[in-house]
Amino acid sequence: MQIYLPIAEVSVNAFLLLGLGGIVGILSGMFGVGGGFLMTPLLFFIGIPPAVAVATEANQIVASSFSGVLAHFKRRTVDLKMGLVLLIGGLIGAAIGVQVFTILREMGQVDLLVKLCYVVFLGVIGGLMFFESLRAIRRSKKPSAVPERKKHGLVHALPFKMKFRTSGLYISVIPPIIVGLFVGVLAAIMGVGGGFIMVPAMIYILGMPTKVVIGTSLFQIIFVTAFTTLLHATTNYTVDMALAVLLLIGGVIGAQIGTRIGVKLKAEQLRILLSIMVIAVCAKLALDLLIEPSELFSLGSGGHS
Amino acid sequence: MIRALAFLFCLVVTPLAAEEVVAGLSRDEVRITANFDGSDILIYGAVKRNAPAATEPMEVIITVSGPAQTVNVRKKDWRLGIWVNTSAVEVDEAPSFYAVASSGALRDVLTRTEDLRHRISIPRAIRSVGAPSTVENAAEFTDALIRIRTANNLYQKLDHSVKLYDQTLFSTTIDLPANLVEGPYDTRIFLVRGGVVVDDYETVINVNKVGLERWIYDLAHQRPLIYGLLSLFIAIVAGWGASAIFRYIRF
Repeated sequence: MQIYLPIAEVSVNAFLLLGLGGIVGILSGMFGVGGGFLMTPLLFFIGIPPAVAVATEANQIVASSFSGVLAHFKRRTVDLKMGLVLLIGGLIGAAIGVQVFTILREMGQVDLLVKLCYVVFLGVIGGLMFFESLRAIRRSKKPSAVPERKKHGLVHALPFKMKFRTSGLYISVIPPIIVGLFVGVLAAIMGVGGGFIMVPAMIYILGMPTKVVIGTSLFQIIFVTAFTTLLHATTNYTVDMALAVLLLIGGVIGAQIGTRIGVKLKAEQLRILLSIMVIAVCAKLALDLLIEPSELFSLGSGGHS
Repeated sequence: MIRALAFLFCLVVTPLAAEEVVAGLSRDEVRITANFDGSDILIYGAVKRNAPAATEPMEVIITVSGPAQTVNVRKKDWRLGIWVNTSAVEVDEAPSFYAVASSGALRDVLTRTEDLRHRISIPRAIRSVGAPSTVENAAEFTDALIRIRTANNLYQKLDHSVKLYDQTLFSTTIDLPANLVEGPYDTRIFLVRGGVVVDDYETVINVNKVGLERWIYDLAHQRPLIYGLLSLFIAIVAGWGASAIFRYIRF
C-alpha cells in the first residue's frame, strides 16, 4: 500500500516503513540504542530527503526510547540520578552541536564530515566492543578465571563525588557530564540519539553495570531527541508526522519485543551482537566512500537549504 | 463604412491565421491524498480550421511542466582515497516535473530555433545561467540533472506518443508519478507544421494536497511549535501505549 508523505513529498510503501520501524525498534529495545544510526541511512536509501529523514528520525527515537524505558523502569534498571547528570551534559552538547553543524554547512562538505564521523566512531566503538566481548566470553568459559579487579583510575580521583546507588558507583559528576556533552555534540552533528556512543562510554569509562546502562541511556536519549525534534520542527519544518507515525508504530512494538529478548541474553552476547551490527554499518558507509559510485552526480535543493 | 471594411478585412485575414487548437483535459486538478500513488491525465483536442489543411503534415507537441525549483547539482571526485563532493553547479530553474509528448520524434518535428523560442525539449526547459567559472564542464551538470530525473520518471521524453487522427483530432496520456511537488503544472499544446509552431494553447493542471495531507502540511508551516509538540505527544503516547498493551498481554 503506497502512502504519500505530506512533508517529504514522496510516496512510499506503508508496510516497508512499518517493517523498518519494527526491525530498528527490536534492536533499540535489545541494546538501548535509539537506532538512529541504522534508520537514518535506511531512510536515505528509500528516497526520503535527508533533512526530513534526520528530523523525523529524532521524533521516532523519542517514541521507541520511551516505550523501551518504561519496560526498564518496571525492572528498576534505570539510574535516574546518572540519567539526569548525563542529560545536563547532553543538552549543552546538543546546543553546541547544532551550532557546529550550522558552521560546517556554511563551509560546505557537511555530508562528508557526517559520514566520516559515522565511519570513525562506529569503527572504533564496534571494534573495541567486539574484541572486549570476545575476551569476556572466553573468560567466562574458563571456570578458574581470576575475578575482575575494580580499577581505580583517573575517574575516581576527581572532585564532586556523588553516590549513584542504582549503578553501585561512587564517582565524580565530571566524567558523566563530559560523556553527556560529547555525545550531545556528536548526536546533533550526526542526527542520531547517540546511544551507540553512550552505551560503551557508560560501560567502559564510567564502569556502570550493563543492565543499568541500557535503561539509563534510553532515559537520557528521550530528552535529547525531543529537544532536537522541536528544534527541527520550528526552524526547518522538516518533521514529517505521517512518516513518524508509521515508523513509530513499528518501532514501539519492536522495542517491546527487543527489551524482552535483551533480558534473555547474557551481557556479553548482547555486546557482541551490538558490536557486529555497528561494524556492519561502518563497513557499508566506508565502502560508499571508497568505491567509485555509479552515479558521480547528486541533486540537492538549492539556495538557502 | 469603416466597420464594413474591417469586416471584409477579417474575412480575408482569418483564413491566413489558419489553424487553432481546441483542447481539453480529463481533469484539471490532481488531489494528493494520503494514498496517492500517481495519476494519469488524458489530454485531447482538435484542430479548428477555416480552410482546407495544407499539404504538409501537421504535428502536435504537448508539454506538462511542474513548478520550477533551484537545484544544486554536485559532482564527486576521488580525493585522498575517498569519493568526495568537489564541485557544484546551481541550476537556477529546473521544473520539478517535465513531460514532453509529440506525435513524431521531437528532433524531426521541431526546428532548433523554434525549440529555443518556446523552450519545448527537456534541455531547453531547464534554465541555467552563470555556472561558476571554477567549474570546467558546466553542461555535464545539467546533463546529470536530466539523467537522474529521467531515471526517476520525473522527466519524460515521449516521442510518438501523441495520437493524431486525420490531421485533426489528437490525444495523449501523461503519467504523473507519485512523488509530485505541489503547485500549478503548466500544460502547453503546440501545433507544428514544417518544424514551425503555428498555434499554441496553454492551460494549468493544479496539483494540491487535500484532507489530512493538507492539514499536516499547513500545521507544520503555520504553527511549527504546536506541530512539534504534537509530534512529540504522539510519539510518547505511542511509546506508552505499546508498553501498556504488552504489559497487559504479558508477552
